[in-house]
Amino acid sequence: MKLGGRSLVIGIPWLWLFFFFLIPFVIVLKISFAETQLAVPPYTPLLQWTQDQYLQLRLNMGNFLFLLKDSLYLEAFLSSLKVAGVSTILCLLIGYPMSYAIARSNAAWRNILLLMIILPFWTSFLVRVYAWIGLLRNNGLINNALLALGVIDEPIVMMNTDFAMYIGIVYSYLPFMILPLYSNLEKHDNTLLEAAVDLGSKPFRAFLQITLPLSMPGVIAGSMLVFIPAVGEFVIPRLLGGTDSLMIGRVLWDEFFSNRDWPVASAVAICLLLVLVLPIILFQRFQMQEAGGSAKRA
Amino acid sequence: MNNNRSLFLLSALVLGFAFLYIPILSVIVYSFNESKLVTVWGGFSTHWYGVLLDDRQMLEGLWLSLRIATVTATGAVIVGTLAGLVLARFGRFRGRTLLSGMVTAPLVMPDVITGLSLLLLFVALAPLPLAPDQRGFSTIAIAHITLTLSYVAVVVQSRLATMDESLEEAAMDLGAKPAKVFMAITLPIIAPAIVSGWLLAFTLSLDDLVIASFTAGPSTNTLPMMIFSKVRLGVTPEINALATLMVSVVAVFVIGAGILMSRQEKARKRDVQMAQAIDST
Repeated sequence: MKLGGRSLVIGIPWLWLFFFFLIPFVIVLKISFAETQLAVPPYTPLLQWTQDQYLQLRLNMGNFLFLLKDSLYLEAFLSSLKVAGVSTILCLLIGYPMSYAIARSNAAWRNILLLMIILPFWTSFLVRVYAWIGLLRNNGLINNALLALGVIDEPIVMMNTDFAMYIGIVYSYLPFMILPLYSNLEKHDNTLLEAAVDLGSKPFRAFLQITLPLSMPGVIAGSMLVFIPAVGEFVIPRLLGGTDSLMIGRVLWDEFFSNRDWPVASAVAICLLLVLVLPIILFQRFQMQEAGGSAKRA
Repeated sequence: MNNNRSLFLLSALVLGFAFLYIPILSVIVYSFNESKLVTVWGGFSTHWYGVLLDDRQMLEGLWLSLRIATVTATGAVIVGTLAGLVLARFGRFRGRTLLSGMVTAPLVMPDVITGLSLLLLFVALAPLPLAPDQRGFSTIAIAHITLTLSYVAVVVQSRLATMDESLEEAAMDLGAKPAKVFMAITLPIIAPAIVSGWLLAFTLSLDDLVIASFTAGPSTNTLPMMIFSKVRLGVTPEINALATLMVSVVAVFVIGAGILMSRQEKARKRDVQMAQAIDST
């Protein structure tokens, strides 16, 4: 009886995720080896009965070769990695001082500041990206303000540029950097820092040698939470980036919705997954450590 | 030196929060703009709220999204709570590593991959008897539950990790059955995590454009899809009004929930302290 209940409790989430999260990847892999055809669904089956009753398996490497041959895809991959990497560093540069300041403020302020970090995270992502259009346009708020102040004579073109895309990504993902960083920094033992200062260390040196190394798990978690989804980001490049902004998420979307080429879209997804496997494993290892560590502490 | 540091941290906070809030504030201010030209201030007006309320398609999209979000949040809370409970309290079992991997991966997986893979699953399932015959409400809800149950699981798991296991052990020692222990002790302890997990799943579902676009049928239009197709054509004052309404509802909810939870937490701590005080006398 007890064993039955236990297996049931384990079984429900396990089976759900196995069926709706893991199996779909196998199907994507399968279709990445198929060919397009004008039918519903628009791809050829891999397994087919031939006329003489043999089961035939046809693996078509064409989609992957196509991705290698057309430089568009390689460029899109490289530029997505670059955009995500730069955005992650920017989030870190803005987010670290903010998390540090929140962790250092007194208890009453800390909760309010934390709530203020979380609040934008709860409001519609789409709406927050949209808000930047109103600010960055040629006749938008920023240009109008700069014109009125006489700083510039002509509006600066900011919309549909890489600059706008970076702003959008950093803005949307900043809370994901701050929250894990904060929860790490908040746990630090102040006595270590005090000891260092008592022994004659300068505060900045103490920060570099004590706080920064201790906060590395938070830095890694925050960076992965920003970097991995940013590589595959679609909405922000589409709304804020230029028409020529090459982001792999956008390429995948267009292959699927505009070209209706499901096999190539699947091949792009498989390549993207291969690129992201290492960062995802890194993130998971950290998550497990964190969960295990806090369980031990309790 | 110390003063310099405080000044640096203070300005980091002020600038950071300005960066986070100025876009939202600008949308709120301009939602009350009379002028159709978004950048020209034409006087205070609630005109665009009227336009929004007359927009049948937009309201239908909102209604559909709210229903999907409700089903999603409820489903995600059931499956996600079980996942969090299993990961925090069940020790070792076969498939634990795989389960914990499958719980954390959706947190970072790019939406385009999740969306495409789920759509291909639904297409592959379509000929089977039990499968949903048309893509729409149910396929979006299944996709959203899969995405959001991870968030619920993580919230529940971390709440359980900070809680003492001794209460549950004591109840077990006193002969309570596992199901009874869960209902009488574990569930009340993790209730705040379940509530925030539900709200989180609800907002994530209400907000999702990419996964819904992949898994929806041709005639299904959720609110984010409606917003996206309007925003693609440029800034429309109607969206400003919608955004303001959404932000206000969320702010009221989040601040209210925050106050309620900190009160409960204080009460709980006080009870614990009293219990300990009584214990030590």
